Parts: sequence; C-alpha cells; structure tokens
Amino acid sequence: MSSLQSIRSLNELLLEKKQAILEKWFDSVLETYPHDSAKFLKRQKDQFANPVGSTIYRGMGSLLDLIVNSADADNITKSLDEIIRIRAIQDFTPSHALAFVVDLKRVVREEIKGETCASQLIDELPEFDRRVDGLLLLSFDIYMKCREKIYELKANELRNMTSKLVERANRIFEAKYRNVDLEDIISQGNKTERGE
Amino acid sequence: MKILFPFFAVILLVLLAVVGVKGANLHFLFGVVVPYAAVFTFIIGVIYRVLKWAKSPVPFSIATTCGQQKTLPWIKQNKLENPSSTLHVIGRMALEVLLFRSLFRNIKGELKDSSRLIYGSDKWLWLAGIAFHYSFLIVLLRHIRLFAEPTPSYLHLLETFDGFLQIGAPRLFMTGVILLAAVTFLFLRRLYIPQVRYISLSADYFPLFLIIGIATTGILMRYFLKTDIVGVKELTMGLVSLSPVIPKGVGAIFYVHLFLVSILFAYFPFSKLMHMGGVFLSPTRNLTGNSREYRRINPWNYPVKVHTYEEYEEEFRDKMKMAEIPVEKE
Amino acid sequence: MAKFTAKPAELLKIDFKTPKTDWMDTPVNIREHMYCHPAKAKDLEVVDFPNIHEWRPVDENWNLPENWKEIVLNGIKERLQKYRSFHVFMDICVRCGACADKCHFYLGTGDPKNMPVLRAELLRSVYRKYFTTGGKIFGKTAGARELTEDVLKELWYYFYQCTECRRCSVFCPYGIDTAEITMMGRELTNLLGLQLGWIAGPVANCYMKGNHLGLEPHTVKSNIEFMIDDIETITGIRVNPTFNRKGAEILFVTPSGDLFGVPGVYTAMGYLMLFHELGLDYTWSTYASEGGNFGFFTSNEMAKRLNYKIYAEAKRLGVKWILGGECGHMWRVLHQYMDTWNGPADFLEVPKSPITGTVFENAKSLKMIHVIEFAADLIKHGKLKLDPSRNDHLKVTFHDSCNIARGMGMFEEPRYVIKNVCNHFYEMPENTIREKTFCCGSGTGLNASENMELRMRGGLPRANAVKYVRDRYGVNTVANICAIDRATLQASMDYWVPGTAVAGIHELIGNALVMKGEKERTQDLRLEPLPGKEGVE
Repeated sequence: MSSLQSIRSLNELLLEKKQAILEKWFDSVLETYPHDSAKFLKRQKDQFANPVGSTIYRGMGSLLDLIVNSADADNITKSLDEIIRIRAIQDFTPSHALAFVVDLKRVVREEIKGETCASQLIDELPEFDRRVDGLLLLSFDIYMKCREKIYELKANELRNMTSKLVERANRIFEAKYRNVDLEDIISQGNKTERGE
Repeated sequence: MKILFPFFAVILLVLLAVVGVKGANLHFLFGVVVPYAAVFTFIIGVIYRVLKWAKSPVPFSIATTCGQQKTLPWIKQNKLENPSSTLHVIGRMALEVLLFRSLFRNIKGELKDSSRLIYGSDKWLWLAGIAFHYSFLIVLLRHIRLFAEPTPSYLHLLETFDGFLQIGAPRLFMTGVILLAAVTFLFLRRLYIPQVRYISLSADYFPLFLIIGIATTGILMRYFLKTDIVGVKELTMGLVSLSPVIPKGVGAIFYVHLFLVSILFAYFPFSKLMHMGGVFLSPTRNLTGNSREYRRINPWNYPVKVHTYEEYEEEFRDKMKMAEIPVEKE
Repeated sequence: MAKFTAKPAELLKIDFKTPKTDWMDTPVNIREHMYCHPAKAKDLEVVDFPNIHEWRPVDENWNLPENWKEIVLNGIKERLQKYRSFHVFMDICVRCGACADKCHFYLGTGDPKNMPVLRAELLRSVYRKYFTTGGKIFGKTAGARELTEDVLKELWYYFYQCTECRRCSVFCPYGIDTAEITMMGRELTNLLGLQLGWIAGPVANCYMKGNHLGLEPHTVKSNIEFMIDDIETITGIRVNPTFNRKGAEILFVTPSGDLFGVPGVYTAMGYLMLFHELGLDYTWSTYASEGGNFGFFTSNEMAKRLNYKIYAEAKRLGVKWILGGECGHMWRVLHQYMDTWNGPADFLEVPKSPITGTVFENAKSLKMIHVIEFAADLIKHGKLKLDPSRNDHLKVTFHDSCNIARGMGMFEEPRYVIKNVCNHFYEMPENTIREKTFCCGSGTGLNASENMELRMRGGLPRANAVKYVRDRYGVNTVANICAIDRATLQASMDYWVPGTAVAGIHELIGNALVMKGEKERTQDLRLEPLPGKEGVE
C-alpha cells in the first residue's frame, strides 16, 4: 500500500460515492448466491438473523473506508478476513470466492464513467488498481489460512479425543519405570537385542 | 405458471357462473344444487379429514417448549409457553388460535448506530393474518342475517360496530374493505418476498384469488351494482329451510358470488385451508410439557430386541473382574 | 471445497447467478464436505438394520434394493398411521414463510432447500403424489411429484442437513416441527440402508458395549480413575467413585463423551468432585454408560433399544432414582420418550435430594432428574461452599442447547448455577438464546470431520452471536450443558471466534467448589494455573 497523495482526487470521488459503490459492489457479490437467497441476504439487515449478508456488507464497507484512508495491512486484513472466512467454506472455487476483490475495479470504473473529470481520474486508476491488486494478494493469504484452518480443525478434534489417552499412556509408562534405573533398562534392552 | 394457472381458474369460474345464469338460465343449478353440494362436501370433507388425522395416535409427548419448565418451586414456570396442566394448554392454544402467538414471535433485531441493538419486530405477516381472519369471520357472521328471520339482535350490534364510520349509503362496513386489503397484502407478499415466492404453489395462490373474487363481488353487490336484497334473502331462506326457491330479478353478480363461495366451501377440505382444523391437533402445541411428571402411553408400543446385562456381562466378565467391577456370576 | 475449475476468461466475468428454476426442477447437487460417509456394514449388522449394501453418495448408482420405492412408500404410509404429528404436518402447512430464515443451515448455506418449509416440502411433494386425491389428479400443479432416485437422493441429502433443533417449530403458527419430519425422513433412508457411518458406529458400540465410544467396562473405570488422579493433583483430595454397585441410592448416567474427550472430561471431573463433596451414595454403571442416544437419529425403534439399558440397570442395581449428566439430545429423549418407551419405572422412587430433602415432583413418573436441577437446588439451599473468583479468568456466556431449550424448557437452572460459580456472565443477544437459541451446527450425528464445511456453515449463526459478546464484553468461554456442544462447538469457535473456549457447567462448578480438606488451589480443572497463582507450583 503506497501513499495516497497521488490519487487524492480519485479518493475524493470514492468518498463521495462510497454508498453507491458499496451497494453495487455488494450486489455483485450477492449475484454469486442463489437468486432467492441473494434477496434475503440483501434485505435482512439484522446481524443475527442474517450473519452472512450483514457480515459481508459490513466488511465491504470498512474495506472501502480503509482503501480510501490508506489504512495499514493489519486493518485491511481484518476486514478482508471477515468476508473471506465466510466465502472459504461456501460452495465456491477459490477463484470464485475471491473474485469480488477484483470486481471492485469494474464497479469503480463504472462509477467514474459519468464524471466530468473522468479523463483526469483515469490517470489515477493504475495506482488504484495497484491497491486492489494488493488486496487480492492479501486475500490469497487469508483464503489459504481459512482452508488450512478447516483441516487443522479436523486434526484438533481428533487430538481432543485422544490427548488424554496419550497423556495416560505416558503416565502408565512413567509409573512402571519410576523406580528402575534407566541404565538397567537400556542394558537389559541391549542384552535382549544381542539375544542373551 | 404457478400464479397464472390459479388466476385463470378463478376467472373461468366467474365466467362459468355468468354464462350459466345469463346464457343458459341455469338458475336452479347455480342457486340451489351447487350450494347444497358444496356445503355437503364441506361438512363431510372436514369431518373426514379431522377423523383421519385423529385416527393417527400421538405416541409421544413432543410439546415444543418455548418457556421455563415446571421445576423447583422457586423458579417461575412459564405456564403458557411450557404448560403443565390442561388449563395451561387451553391458554396456550387460545393464544395460538385467537392471537396467532407464534407468528407474533417473529422478532427481528436491528443494529442502530452500529452499537445499540434495537429489537423491532417483523410483525406485518402477523398483522395481515389477524386482519384477514377476523374480518373474514365478521363478514361471515354478518351473512347470518340472510339465513335467519327475524335478524338476531346481536347482528345489529355487530353491524353498528362494523359500520361505525358512517360513510355513505349503504353504510360502509370496514371488515369488507379490511378483508380485501389484507388478502391483497398476503398475495403481494407472496409475489414480493423472494423466499416466499419460491416456496409458493398454485395451491397457495388459488384460495387467495378465490377470496379476492368473493370479496370483490360482495363489495360490488353491496355498494355499486344494487342487488335485489329481498330476492336474495328469499333464496337464502329457501336454502336454509330446505324448500329452495328461485326468486326473479336477482342479478348475475349474486350468482357469481354464490358460486365462488360454493367453490371455496367445496375446496376447503381438500386444501391447506384445513389448517383451521389442524392447528387444534398439532402435538407440539396441544400437549403439556411436563412429560417427566406423567407418563404418556403409546398405543402401538411394542417389545424390541435389546442387549441385556447378562449378555453384556457374559462378554466382558473377565475384564470386569480384572478391573474389580462387581459381577453377577463369578 | 470445489476444485479449481474456472477458466481465466470466466474469472473476469462475474456472473455466477444460479439459474432461476423452480425448486422441483433444480436437481440435487451432492457436494463433498457437506455430507458424512456411509455406514460400515458391520455396524449395521450388529443392530440388524435392513438392506445393508455398498454405496457412495456421489455415485450415480446407489445400489438400492430393487423394491426401494415400495419400501419408501409403505414406510410413509406406516408412519402416517403411527404419528399424528407427521400426518398433520404433511397437510396443514400454508407456506407462509415464517420459518424460512429461522434455520441455522439456511442462514449459513443460503441453499433454499435448507429453509425448513422447503425441507418439509421435499417430502410433502411425494406425500401428495401418492397419498392425496388432489396430488394424484393435478400432479405438479398441486405441488406433487414422482418419487424417483433423484428425489430420494435429495431427501437423503437434506434430511442429513437438519439437526432436528426445532427452532423453526417455535415460529410456526401451527407448531409444525421439522424435527418430526426429518426423523421420519431419516427412518425412511434407514429402511434402505442409507445410514451414516458417524451415526451407525456409535449405535453399534452403544448396543454392544453400553456407550457410543465403545469403551469396555474396564476402560470406563480406568478413564475415570485417570480423572481421579488429576483431581488429586489439583485439590489434594482423592475421590472414590464406585461402579456397578448394588444398593447405591442413585444411579448416575452421563454421555460417554464426558469420559473421554477434551473438554468433556473436565465436566466429568466436576461431577466427581461435587458428588464426593456431598458424600453422595451413588454409582456409575459400565453397562448403562451412555446417556446420549444416537439411535434417536436412525429410528424410533433403535432409540428405544438403546434406551432400555438405563431403567434395566437401575432395576438390577436396586437404586432409588437416577441422576442424569449434562447433555442435550439425551434429555430430549429422557424427558419426552423414555417413560413412554421403557416405563413405567414403578420400581424406583420419586427423586429426593438426600442433601436438601427437596422432592423433585416434576420427575415423579420418570424418576430421573438433570444434574443441573440437582445442583441449582443445592446452591439455593446453601449446601455448597463456592469461590467464584476461581473462575475470574473466565468471561462466560451460556449457549442453550436446542434440545434442553425446546424439548424440555430448562432455562433458569443453568443460568442460576453459572451466576453462582462465576463472577463474569454475559448473555448473548435475545433472539439467539433460550427458546430462540441457535444450534451448534453439528447435532443429530452430523459431528463428523468429513462434513466440516457443513458444520462451519451451520455453526455460523451461533458463532456470530458469540463473537458479538466477545467483542463487546471480552467473553472467552462458552458454557453449555451438552456433550455434542463440548465435542464440536470448539471447532466452530476456533474457526469463527478464535480464542474462545467451550466448557460444561460442571467444570465451572468444579473450579469454584471449595472442598473440605482441599489444599490451596493453584490450578483449574484443565491443570492450567489459576489467575494470580501462576508459577506457584
């Protein structure tokens, strides 16, 4: 994320049109869901009655703010994480799950089109695109982390089931050999190996 | 398709009545035979359906408990949401049947200023449901006037109440308007809310169109196309006294109205409209929640194959003895 | 997760809109990570389930028995005659949609067939076709459809995406309970041998060995002895429980999950400490060593066969009454089914707390009470010496288990107990608790690992509410009284709300309980240092 100075006027536009851009961007994500569910995700604003829609909407809103305000990667990661964490476990291929990031370019361009100073703004687009590309790269990291987490969860559950078992096996072993000199065991073992 | 089919079905029914009465002069068929057949189908059909349901037993005590159980004396039981006596159940059922308690629960939270959580509620469905059912009931009651001579006095009271706005002549009855508005809302809701539209069947639209047709013809008759009310009463009194007559001069619109009502009656037992009877038989609502206090008997309870302790001990006796767990047979 | 399939050109075109087809015209798409593996033949053989055969959900051919359609239709007919609930619920739905957005699986997956109304319509459409006049004559117009193999697959797929949590039933104006419909649907799949491994395994174990995990008698005992060692390390007190002891006053039955996995064992340690402190005359049983009932997720008959052991063992041991541990579906089965199946328990007495003298009239027929009811009564009578500050490192919220909430109605007792053993307790938002509580997403035998994505989606609404109290109050512990929660909610928390632990209420009691003659505590039940006692060892 480089400095923002060079794209100030584009920034102003983004700020001004934030709501319109957000709605359009959100709509494009919703299009990836079944038709009737998409309407529900959009309409139901309660964060508990509609965790998917409200979380994605909230995440996208703060992402836009962060892009405009040149926030640090940490904050951006946090907002991206909210959205990607959900999409990583839904019926999407990785590319489809993350396509919404790239789509911000299209949405912003469409919003610029009608502006009087469009040509001047277009000069600033490469810088903006670079930032979106940055977002996309971050998204890969997050997506992979989420997917790894899923496999980790499976392993964890197994571990939770068996950790006490392992602990117990260790303790039985310790108890058995508590009063025995380790040297003895080893030499005993060696003798056995040698077939004595 | 799911919408158009029932829509045209209702249009067809209207045309059938118009043509039948005006074109083919089948006054007796539409004024007497069809209504009798419809009422007969309704009564027999509803009884048949309810008996059929009642024939299936309720083997288990499966109340949906929506409130605190009856337990320690210092914990307050929620008697209406988790009933433990017949009286409580009557209370719970009354709330459900008369006030649509469960629909009223349709809560929706909203986050205001991103920090304060405000609980509004999604009560439009409840409101429309209540408005629809109650205005329908009152409209039905008002029609008793056509089947009783002299008109019972409580009907005057009802009509005074219903028409208290004192608009126009004949006086405007609110319930007719509310009925039409509510049923229209229920229809638009089906169209507009995507999930509800997705789950809707022709069988959901048909009764809506039918009722819209009935209410519209009723309102037309009362306020716009003046109908010979004396003639109508002659016909209805004839029906109810089992000596049917077909008076002259009653307009086709009346026969359309009567035909649609007859269709509704005849359709009722075969349709989802049976929810009227079914709600009383719903085991999750009409049972008590204190199933640990009183044992429920399952009429078809039968012995099942089990793995007995003896078989268990037989398999594990040595291990049990080794672990110093008591056994029956040494 | 789906595989990388998109071509570069498709990536640029953001148009993944699903074709807007009617649900009956949208064929089922069975996706990996959304279902559990089929059952092993040997597990089904143990309990004599019918039509055992090899099959895989993603295969075109499920190797169904030749007369499968007849089996299903006869199965529906039989159940219509046996259950008024099923019969009435097949007929009276008006599709008002009040239930649509109340299901955690719908909220998490967005799949319209996970709306409770549509889940039921999947079966209703078949019912209409073969059992109603209108459906026979008007077919699709009346919402009826043929039973085909595709339809059967759809029924299977979606009835194993329902956790029978009954949340929809709370909001339905007619009390239509999707759990009832799912149970019937699952019984039908069971008739065809289409059972899940994760359900059939525990069922077979429980039938032969007494518990879902398949712990043999000596292992049950040694597992508990292992906890006794830990309790001694923590408190300096050696508790001394008994097993299969005749003449004890009380038989204690808890889900076997409490005897093995983490954090279930901490809950069991809490029971052991509490009962020891009270000097309770009780016994464990290795034969009736399972309170839960995975049979309930296969068929009514199987559930009854497994449940039989509890009363049988109480009778053999000659106890006076039965005390049940912290579990969800276990209590739905005990509260609403056990007495009807295997009662009357006239050889037992009405439960009476030997410590407070309280007689539990609310269980006068079943003769079995919940350990939380028992504990709440003890605390109310001041019979326990508690030091809630030992739980000060925990900021606790309470997750109502579906079955305890909507199949029993125990809301106040657990809250009362928590408030007495913890200083920091925070409720989640009102539309996500009590009778409106959200499922953990892994109930009814769906707690396998191969369907982790389904579980994460279903767990989102609950986790989302936990996240809210975590961000707001710093909550770090989700207390619950359900063994499946203890086993599975941790995964959902780790994914959605990292850093949040899951604990049974008796673990919290065990922490706070001041025992006679105990040494100064420096560790909690997880053997982690108590706040302010770090490095005291």
